[in-house]
Amino acid sequence: MIEGKLHAYSVMRTVAGSSQSAQKALAWALDGTNLERNDIAFTVATGYGRVNVDFANKVITEISCHARGANWIWGPPVRTIVDMGGQDCKAIRCDQNGRVTSFVMNDKCAAGTGRSIEVFADLLQIPIDEIGTLSLNVETEPEPLSSTCVVFAKSEAISRLQDGWDKKRILAALCSATARKVAVLLRRVGVEKELVVTGGIAKNVGVVARLERELGIKSLPVANPTCDPQLAGAIGAALFATDAIGKKEPPKLRFS
Amino acid sequence: MISAGIDVGTRATKAVLLRGHSIMARAQTTTGFDRPAAAKRALEEASRAAEVSFDSLTEVAATGAGKNAVSFAKKPVTEVVADARGSLHFFPNARTIIDVGVEEARVIKCDDAGKVVDFAMNEKCAAGAGAFIESMARALDLTMDEMGTLSLQSHNTIPLNAQCVVFAESEVVTLMHTKTDKRDIARAVHDAIASRIGSLLRMIGIENQVVFVGGLARNTGLVESLRKNIGVELLVPESPEYIGALGAALTVANEIAGK
Repeated sequence: MIEGKLHAYSVMRTVAGSSQSAQKALAWALDGTNLERNDIAFTVATGYGRVNVDFANKVITEISCHARGANWIWGPPVRTIVDMGGQDCKAIRCDQNGRVTSFVMNDKCAAGTGRSIEVFADLLQIPIDEIGTLSLNVETEPEPLSSTCVVFAKSEAISRLQDGWDKKRILAALCSATARKVAVLLRRVGVEKELVVTGGIAKNVGVVARLERELGIKSLPVANPTCDPQLAGAIGAALFATDAIGKKEPPKLRFS
Repeated sequence: MISAGIDVGTRATKAVLLRGHSIMARAQTTTGFDRPAAAKRALEEASRAAEVSFDSLTEVAATGAGKNAVSFAKKPVTEVVADARGSLHFFPNARTIIDVGVEEARVIKCDDAGKVVDFAMNEKCAAGAGAFIESMARALDLTMDEMGTLSLQSHNTIPLNAQCVVFAESEVVTLMHTKTDKRDIARAVHDAIASRIGSLLRMIGIENQVVFVGGLARNTGLVESLRKNIGVELLVPESPEYIGALGAALTVANEIAGK
């Protein structure tokens, strides 16, 4: 980000070693711009592996960053954010400045996180980015998978395949079970308009559509179609970095 | 008079034949997708072993997750009752019974008369059932038997932080990459599930004697981890996986005997 404006970005899978992944993602974002590593005045790291980013000047939780990022992407009306990543799911409430007022999260159970979608993508041999669209391509909506646990849901899916269900129907049952679990989390924190979805799951239309149906409210579409909702956390972190530069915070390296 | 009990589990289907109250034969088979066929197969095998004709078996009771699929059974028996009856057959002083299967864990409390007074179960989360150990064994490339043996050789307690099977699998893989001793990982896996079964037990209260049944009671590592967690010795019958089927057969035998 340059002076609060998005300049370049990259999204990639985290590989073993959060630090190397962060290095690579940064190098990729800089690639094709006229900038170099040394041009970056302040770096804030966020997310699950944030403490391992050794070149960061500061670490901030992904909860704060997602709220801040959502406020930037969608604007001040955002009050509720669902951030569903590959390993956990958070329901966040914030004020008109993108400041967090409360949150609940599930990081204990893979059900209701992106991980369950990954498990099924692997089981059914379907690319993960096609799951949402395929799941909506069913004539009648099946009952959600009844198992809470992903391990049991897998056995349940195999039995359904034996019963003659096709893959699309299984995916529909998976997406609606996932949406239900996310809705439970959201109701605990309380849903207030406007609602937005961030994280990787924002790209799964099958889960998002069913979540909206379950809650009876629509989430805001991404205002700027070039802005990836998966970036919300990183954008929030960049905004906090912009603040730090404004406040003239010394850009100390955390591990030096 | 011969009575039969069939326990249709999620993984294995077991059958036990009784003459009066003594065991004549037993057999087990993989459940697979066709539960009625598995039940029939297990019973046929047991009848062959007992040298009686399959058609003469009319006094049949079924239990287990697939009990309602056994059309030739006279009646279904709940798993809780079957476990209690079967355990008390070998250990008349049993007051607490633990049954850990592949997809379910159950704890049962009995009074002095052997009547079930309370029970608790986990059927929602694989982290508290045998599927947890199976999954970790697969990641470690070990058999269930090896898991148990190696676990007993460990002298280090390492924590397994993830609660969920799916997440714990990644954690185990990470531990393997950091060259953690397989024996210590095996023990960590058993300690983790033991603590979950321990919580389930504390919900109903632990009273001596404690009997451990079900397929997972064969895992010596789990037995040891659970013993340490609850601080009470565990009694394990010789063939713990047959206790449910035995219990079901005993309910029929008791009816015949007019008890």
